[in-house]
Amino acid sequence: MQQPYEKYYVPAQSPWPIVGAVALFLIAVGAGNVVIDTTKETSGYGSILLGAGLVALLVMLVGWFKNQIDESMSGLYSAQLGRSYRQGMRWFIFSEVMFFAAFFGALFYARMISIPWLGGDSNNAMTNAVLWPQFEAMWPLLSTPNGTTTQQMEAMGLPAINTLILLVSSVTLHFAHTGLEQNKRKQLTWMLGLTIVLGCIFLVLQVEEYIHAYRDLGLTLQSGIYGNTFFLLTGFHGMHVTLGTIILMVLLGRVLKGHFTPDTHFAFQAGSWYWHFVDVVWVMLFVFVYIL
Amino acid sequence: MTKPTNTTSHEATIADELALNPDHHEHHEHHIPKGMMRWVLTTNHKDIGTLYLWFAFIMFLVGGAMAMVIRAELFQPGLQIVQPNFFNQMTTVHGLIMVFGAVMPAFTGLANWLIPMMIGAPDMALPRMNNWSFWILPFAFAILLGSLFMEGGGPAFGWTFYAPLSTTYSNDSTGLFVFSVHIMGISSIMGAINVIVTIFNMRAPGMTWMKMPLFVWTWLITAFLLIAVMPVLAGAVTMVLTDKFFGTSFFDAAGGGDPVMFQHIFWFFGHPEVYIMILPAFGIISQIVPTFARKPLFGYASMVYATASIALLSFVVWAHHMFTTGMPVYMEMFFMFATMLISVPTGVKVFNWVATMWRGSMTFEVPMMFALAFIVLFTIGGLSGLMLAITPVDFQYHDTYFVVAHFHYVLVTGAIFSIMAAVYYWLPKWTGRMFNITLAKWHFWCSLVSVNVLFFPMHFVGLAGMPRRIPDYSLQFADFNQWISIGGFAFGLSQLIFLALVIQACRKQGEPVSDRVWDGAHGLEWEIPSPAPYHTFETPPVVK
Repeated sequence: MQQPYEKYYVPAQSPWPIVGAVALFLIAVGAGNVVIDTTKETSGYGSILLGAGLVALLVMLVGWFKNQIDESMSGLYSAQLGRSYRQGMRWFIFSEVMFFAAFFGALFYARMISIPWLGGDSNNAMTNAVLWPQFEAMWPLLSTPNGTTTQQMEAMGLPAINTLILLVSSVTLHFAHTGLEQNKRKQLTWMLGLTIVLGCIFLVLQVEEYIHAYRDLGLTLQSGIYGNTFFLLTGFHGMHVTLGTIILMVLLGRVLKGHFTPDTHFAFQAGSWYWHFVDVVWVMLFVFVYIL
Repeated sequence: MTKPTNTTSHEATIADELALNPDHHEHHEHHIPKGMMRWVLTTNHKDIGTLYLWFAFIMFLVGGAMAMVIRAELFQPGLQIVQPNFFNQMTTVHGLIMVFGAVMPAFTGLANWLIPMMIGAPDMALPRMNNWSFWILPFAFAILLGSLFMEGGGPAFGWTFYAPLSTTYSNDSTGLFVFSVHIMGISSIMGAINVIVTIFNMRAPGMTWMKMPLFVWTWLITAFLLIAVMPVLAGAVTMVLTDKFFGTSFFDAAGGGDPVMFQHIFWFFGHPEVYIMILPAFGIISQIVPTFARKPLFGYASMVYATASIALLSFVVWAHHMFTTGMPVYMEMFFMFATMLISVPTGVKVFNWVATMWRGSMTFEVPMMFALAFIVLFTIGGLSGLMLAITPVDFQYHDTYFVVAHFHYVLVTGAIFSIMAAVYYWLPKWTGRMFNITLAKWHFWCSLVSVNVLFFPMHFVGLAGMPRRIPDYSLQFADFNQWISIGGFAFGLSQLIFLALVIQACRKQGEPVSDRVWDGAHGLEWEIPSPAPYHTFETPPVVK
């Protein structure tokens, strides 16, 4: 701790957090009402609140990031602040890991415990005999105890291509990063652009796959625990890819404006960590949801 | 907490800061913003700490009012005052508010006020995010409380929202409940990230890991628990949402899921959550006891390791909440022994506090009175926890008032008493004035007596078989329940003394205090002036 002292930047008052809090309030009330109205097939003001909340959140993000970028570009930030941001981002990604862990946990529980038990495994012969005697334990669960049937999503079509796309995108993003660090701006720009294109292709193919699931396979959100874990895991992953792609687009915009230097590029680093994290989640998904 | 009106004290502030940092002469005159917007826009850790603490106090009173409704209904057997559905809403929202709205924000408020001052940091590491973390909370609880007024009522499935109560059998307000929990979780996670980053990155030169005050250590470990389990809670409420509104069957055996799976996911969050509500309390007691025993804390390093052990064990004991819901015997054995193992590090702590007091020059100021009450009463709660950990015995106790007695001993006389001890201990540092000691003693003795009248008989009715979460009960429980209710009303009223005292303190009534406030107090926060200046340690102090 013997380095010369740099003042830690403590921002003055900021309007953005309260805008963000109001935005989350509107989103929560709006989404809650939309959900309730959808099931009751009534119409309400939920979607208006939700929309207003999303707009407010967007305004907050733009305003807050603009402040951050201006402060950073005017040299207010110290190395210590950079460490705060990096550590903060790492712990945020850890919280995301735990969020996915809950859904992976549900997947493993269904495969290892609830379905075998419903089929009479362990000491549950009577459970099977009394509740659904015709039920047979299997994974993927193509026929649920109450008789909903579906078909399996094959691993080797689109999902395999998508895996390849995301893996390649992680590599291209890494080259963009080395380009930034070695001050090869052209490599940075092109590789970052390529990563965004790959992200978009992934998302398009994912939509394609959902259409295929609903139309051809009869695999829907209501298809029992197989469809539930499939759509919630891939769905939340898809939302994260969407967010990651937006982050990368903002980064590309900043790169084109000449932001980031080989030494100071926290935003780029954070966006890149996020993208690699999303990629790792996909690999886990591909193994546990599609292949096994 | 407002701008110092007295010029001499302000000059003293600057002089003191310069004395602390003799080689750094640059000092900025800081303007403290005024009016409402100061609190809305603030990035100052002390302002945000104050906001958290007031919010927690208000929620404590709101949740307490719900407890009064519960106790009024249970004053006599039979249905007297409220209908069962409303009773269930009261027990549910009382639990949710006390856990997420009172205890957790109070600890976060203390963390905000104290951690930067204890480690010599100018503020929290991410001050704007800090403000966001706080301001989400009032909105989240507005949604939760608002849902009580919806058609069909608010959440009525218990704070644990077990499926299928929260899915098949719940009312519409579940949709709002889910999203309100989501944004509470966002708030907690951001708050926890801020605490961790502050402690990792903002310690003053020389403030090495094993010199950190224990309150900082316990909060560091708590923050880690928060980041690890709040996302799991978010996952659980999301699955409840899709099960109820979008036709999934995570918690429905007919679709291949399992209602017991809900309990596994929930308690994987829920058990670390209860340690989130007690570890900072351990930190507070470990700060207070040495001060008034005038001896250094006995076994500092063992306290740190014990805290870390409790945190790690908290991830492998969750199913002790579900011994009666269906598990293979080997799993029941595992969770029983793992749970009993926790008593080892917890015992280390209790013995260390006692050893700290051994042959100390003890005095009994108000914070110390609360700390001593904590040590005794929390231990009672811990011991009833040990009884509950024993699987075959738990079959008898499960879902009875014995469980209610157990967790109120650890949460009210544990967590909440520690928060009160903390407020009495640091309030003079925050306001610069000594609080009204007479009122404080009244508050202590009234709370101490009434809280035991309130919760101790619950052990007896529980062992005799009175089930929890029921608005009516069998006649033989009537006498004890009247005592419990009387204790409850008295405890509730006692807290109004505390309210009056805190309002007095915030209005700057009372004698000015010295910088050190308590003569046995040690740590950076006692080196700075009282009241603590708006900005402290803009240049880090050097800790030797």
